[in-house]
Amino acid sequence: MFLTITTTGTPERPATDLGFLLHKHPEKSQAFSTSYGKAHVLYPEADAERCTAALLLEVDAVALVRRGKGKGRGGAPDAALAQYVNDRPYAASSLLAVALSSVFSSAMRGVCNARPERAAEPLPLRVEVPALPARGGPELVRRLFEPLGWAVTVEPVPLDVAFPEWGDSRYVRLVLESESRTLAEALRHLYVLLPVLDDAKHYWVAPDEVDKLLRAGEGWLPGHPEQKVITSRYLSRRWSLTRQAMERLELVRLAEADDSEVEDIDNAVEAEGETEEKPTPLAVQRRDTIIAALKASGAARVLDLGCGQGQLVQALLKDPAFTEIVGVDVSMRALTIAGRRLKLDRMGERQASRVKLFQSSLAYTDKRLAGYDAAVLSEVIEHLDLPRLPALEYAVFGSARPRTVLVTTPNVEYNVRWESLPAGHVRHGDHRFEWTREEFRAWARAVAERHGYDVEFVPVGLDDPEVGPPTQMAVFEMGRTENVKEAKAA
Amino acid sequence: MSENTTGATEGRVLPVTDLSLVVLVGASGSGKSTFARRHFKPTEVISSDFCRGLVCDDENDQSATRDAFDVLHYIAGKRLAAGRRTVVDATNVQQDARKQLIQLAKQYDVLPIAIVLDVPEQVCAERNAGRSDRADMPRRVIQRHTRELRRSLRHLEREGFRKVHVLRGVEDVENATVVTEKRFNDLTHLTGPFDIVGDIHGCALELESLLGKLGYVDGVHPDGRTAVFVGDLVDRGPNSPGVLRRVMSMVKSGNALCVPGNHENKYGRYLKGRGVQHTHGLAETIEQMEGESEEFLTEVRQFIDGLVSHYVLDGGRLVVCHAGLPEKYHGRTSGRVRSHALYGDTTGETDEFGLPVRYPWAEDYRGRAAVVYGHTPVPEATWLNNTICLDTGAVFGGKLTALRWPERELVDVPAEQVWYEPARPLRTEAPGGHDGRPLDLGDVQGRRVVETRHSGRVSVREENAAAALEVMSRFAVDPRLLPYLPPTMAPTATSHIEGYLEHPAEAFAQYAADGVERVVCEEKHMGSRAVALVCRDADVARKRFGVDGPTGSLYTRTGRPFFDDESVTEAILDRVRAAVTEAGLWEDLETDWLLLDAELMPWSLKAQGLLRSQYAAVGAASGAVFPGALAALEGAAARGVDVSDLLSRQRERAADAASFTEAYRRYCWTTDGLDGVRLAPFQVLAVQGRSLAALPHDEQLALLDRLVEHDGTGLLQTTRRLYVDTGDPESVRAGVDWWLEMTGRGGEGMVVKPLGAVVRSGEGRLVQPGIKCRGREYLRIIYGPEYTRPDNLARLRQRFLNHKRSLAIREYALGLEALDRLAEGEPLWRVHEAVFGVLALESEPVDPRL
Repeated sequence: MFLTITTTGTPERPATDLGFLLHKHPEKSQAFSTSYGKAHVLYPEADAERCTAALLLEVDAVALVRRGKGKGRGGAPDAALAQYVNDRPYAASSLLAVALSSVFSSAMRGVCNARPERAAEPLPLRVEVPALPARGGPELVRRLFEPLGWAVTVEPVPLDVAFPEWGDSRYVRLVLESESRTLAEALRHLYVLLPVLDDAKHYWVAPDEVDKLLRAGEGWLPGHPEQKVITSRYLSRRWSLTRQAMERLELVRLAEADDSEVEDIDNAVEAEGETEEKPTPLAVQRRDTIIAALKASGAARVLDLGCGQGQLVQALLKDPAFTEIVGVDVSMRALTIAGRRLKLDRMGERQASRVKLFQSSLAYTDKRLAGYDAAVLSEVIEHLDLPRLPALEYAVFGSARPRTVLVTTPNVEYNVRWESLPAGHVRHGDHRFEWTREEFRAWARAVAERHGYDVEFVPVGLDDPEVGPPTQMAVFEMGRTENVKEAKAA
Repeated sequence: MSENTTGATEGRVLPVTDLSLVVLVGASGSGKSTFARRHFKPTEVISSDFCRGLVCDDENDQSATRDAFDVLHYIAGKRLAAGRRTVVDATNVQQDARKQLIQLAKQYDVLPIAIVLDVPEQVCAERNAGRSDRADMPRRVIQRHTRELRRSLRHLEREGFRKVHVLRGVEDVENATVVTEKRFNDLTHLTGPFDIVGDIHGCALELESLLGKLGYVDGVHPDGRTAVFVGDLVDRGPNSPGVLRRVMSMVKSGNALCVPGNHENKYGRYLKGRGVQHTHGLAETIEQMEGESEEFLTEVRQFIDGLVSHYVLDGGRLVVCHAGLPEKYHGRTSGRVRSHALYGDTTGETDEFGLPVRYPWAEDYRGRAAVVYGHTPVPEATWLNNTICLDTGAVFGGKLTALRWPERELVDVPAEQVWYEPARPLRTEAPGGHDGRPLDLGDVQGRRVVETRHSGRVSVREENAAAALEVMSRFAVDPRLLPYLPPTMAPTATSHIEGYLEHPAEAFAQYAADGVERVVCEEKHMGSRAVALVCRDADVARKRFGVDGPTGSLYTRTGRPFFDDESVTEAILDRVRAAVTEAGLWEDLETDWLLLDAELMPWSLKAQGLLRSQYAAVGAASGAVFPGALAALEGAAARGVDVSDLLSRQRERAADAASFTEAYRRYCWTTDGLDGVRLAPFQVLAVQGRSLAALPHDEQLALLDRLVEHDGTGLLQTTRRLYVDTGDPESVRAGVDWWLEMTGRGGEGMVVKPLGAVVRSGEGRLVQPGIKCRGREYLRIIYGPEYTRPDNLARLRQRFLNHKRSLAIREYALGLEALDRLAEGEPLWRVHEAVFGVLALESEPVDPRL
């Protein structure tokens, strides 16, 4: 909510010209109303040699939360996300960028009738932002500002000096210095890059956001080496609008009730937009292996238990041999995304009759899941706490009892081959465990034994002679022949 | 058919079973509707004419017949499913029409009964002629009806009607009366008390000692108790005739009831000369009966013949049958019901011993009636979903078990010896077993209404259940170790005292208004809500909660485990357990487990992520920005620019931000393993067989003080408290002062509770079980650093508490319900239903700051 812009000068070119360039008189303190509170411009120093303009935005945090509230019910959709305890009144966020553009709009456009020549020429500038939220850290701050001709000083702010073990906060103190930029350029850099660095949880509706970016980025954004990051982050606020519609407010409240954040529990699938169609080769191999095993089993009616975003369901739909495909997941978000991916509402009746998506949970038995030819549990079991695994086992092998069950799970031995994976880490934040081949096989054999299945194991991906394949798959077949024999003997 | 045509004056008496599908058969104009109106309730009767009208606005439009009968069958189906007698008023003269109705009766397992109105064709024609809407009905239609009816008469019983009443002629129809008969299996009027005895299989010695142990003297109980035998009296064992003699005489004298087992059933078929294999112990029975008299054999045959598949007893609270029975078959009458009662359900598979794999029907059972059965030998009789199998394998050297009802007490005697080698080893666990004691999605999903003892029906909306399902499935501890979730709590009414948003004066006033005179103020601990289930040892956890390994659980208000590492949980449980033992609470409370409501500290232990990303971040940002901003303002002021208002305001804001940082820091301290972790229990929620939710808080706290005193590890922390009389101004002032002193030192505040715990207002409604009153500084963490500024306070006072209060009461009612169900040993799904409801309600929209 605070930044300063300083310039230096000489008697011929006094620093106080900054007042003309900004259209704000150095001897006054001026206040402007903005949609999120009052902005003040004042000059802590102003003489020919050195002149500093300060922009201070008093954010009204209470108003921020109470917009459009319903009586006692947590109000409008974003009210549940809004917090009275909010860094907006202190940090140089997107709100400050908005204030910047409205208070200094002429300066940003380089208009200065009093000193037109000075507006067009570079001047020595020093910009200081004492509390800048910087997602990506000092490193990204440098990568964003240095290519634009700024000398960058960036110091991390500790989270809490009383708890040094907590480390640094996401804020930095930023100082930019340059003699080669005009004031208008400096303002436009800030206008775009402050929100880009902000870990914005504040969204605002702006259908013309792209135009604004193009205008403010004119002359510097197209050639910027981090153009992609800047563009996508800047516009991510627009995506956030669509994402917001998907926020499960019920889950937000459950997270809040437990002093945690919704991201901690609504994490079954990545947010849309962040998972563009770039399936990893391993995911494709896994899908192919699963489909081949399903075909080999002769299954026509198939359950995808833990269908996630519905990639496997989509692939199965392409093969008419699968007459009924049921995707279930416990995450409503996953089902929403899967439904959208499959375009269920626009699918022809015949195709649509082959596919069903619904919420279920493998911690419970579900009568709707009984009577299918095959069930796929692809990368599912590792998302359960180990003590809950017997419940899943019973729900699938004891209650649903499909003829064929395919289970895939990461092979932890292979993790040493992932270059990007730090030693000892699991592959996904929500993996509660990852098994060696021996552990997986022991479990699978015991399950097969307990429930009357035969089990075989199939590698997925390159079968490394030392550590095995990246993914391991168990193929369970109900031991029919044995039962028939026994029945006859009895 | 051999009905007598009785005199006009006497009139025929037609017995009609109370739950049945009554099919009227007669030509158009034979008087079916009049008959139905006279003898049945209007709502019991569905006529095809009426249904024709429903689908096409014309009761006589024959083209709508097919649709009309679809509707008729649908309505009849719904009624029968709900257990309501249904009378079908249609001609039903064609066999095909009757076949569909018999099918329907079978589908819902009720008796099909035919009442035929055989009225002369001439009479029918005259009646139709007198009705404007039927006047033009061709004569040949009635002729055809009459012809078809005559042709049908002889076949009705063979078609499947279990009772056929034929009324011949107008007078017979006019004078007939219908009497309602109870079903044979309906003994709901008998309330016992009962002693239900498991499978005996010829173990006469064991039977005699069990009856003796139960208090019977020569087959008669001095207190008038009734024995109920679940069948399988015979085969395999040493003395089937002895067992039969004893049981038959007790039944005959009215001291016992008996349902048939599959073994009697087979023996009965043998006695009737049917070809049956002499396997599974039948050979032994036949041999033992050789010396018996012909007379006794006849008696046995008649006894077995007269056995009713199952009994519904004690007002419908108890169902006894041999092999278990799903709820939809209770009190029903069909071959399918009988077969299920005798043999149970199988999956169609066979096990490695070649025996059929039994379908675990009890796992699916959700009925309110307790089902007591036998048939499947198990080592121990255990309740599963309100069902219990009493076959403890006496003949295989196990024991003979009886259940006392309504006491639900098990009484058993060991077998004298192994009388017969089992074909497969006795199952190590009761059906369903431990790991396989599953919850069904149907118990929790979708819109639900949970019946609570304390506050009636509490409904859960579908979207809230869906959210709860996600959290419960992905993050919660094992439901068997999650018998309770704490309800949310409403804050005190908004205070208008300057500088305060919440103040205890309001809480005292609210309780005074509710008629609560004495309250306890309990210090609010600065941690996270925690529920601890503490078992005496792993064995207790296994026996009572069905889990292998853990000795309890420690979870958050949404059911998540506090610690990812189970060994940390166990270490905490160990310390609590030691304190319980030292304090002698196991003995005093006559329990081997405790459920504690508590606060776990520090808050930073659980809320680390939130603290860092939100609270500390705000502290860091404000700490970084104010020095520069204040310096800039001071610089401008020094230059003579008028910024005095702005400067003083920023100084205040900087001070508020610093206070905020101080406020959250009080909730953080560094822990190392268990060092620094504290647990402050404030209520014992339940122990074996008892919910303690209604135990007055002073007694609660006295128990917990003993617990804390006996903790040698520093883990347990006491809850400071003060008692206040809401009607005494002095006492109220002392309460306010106490709060001011506590919160002035940075305390979180306090919770005010009625001393009597579960309390009702004058109108009989539950009053809030607690009202929280949060400290002025603590509220900065909730409403932001600057909430105390007058203009902010003015706006924040516009808060609406009604929804939060209603939510708190609904969740409280569900919580109490969970505890009651747990205490009464109700099945897991019943406890889980209430617990799940609390979680679902937590996702209802309510101002999260309240």
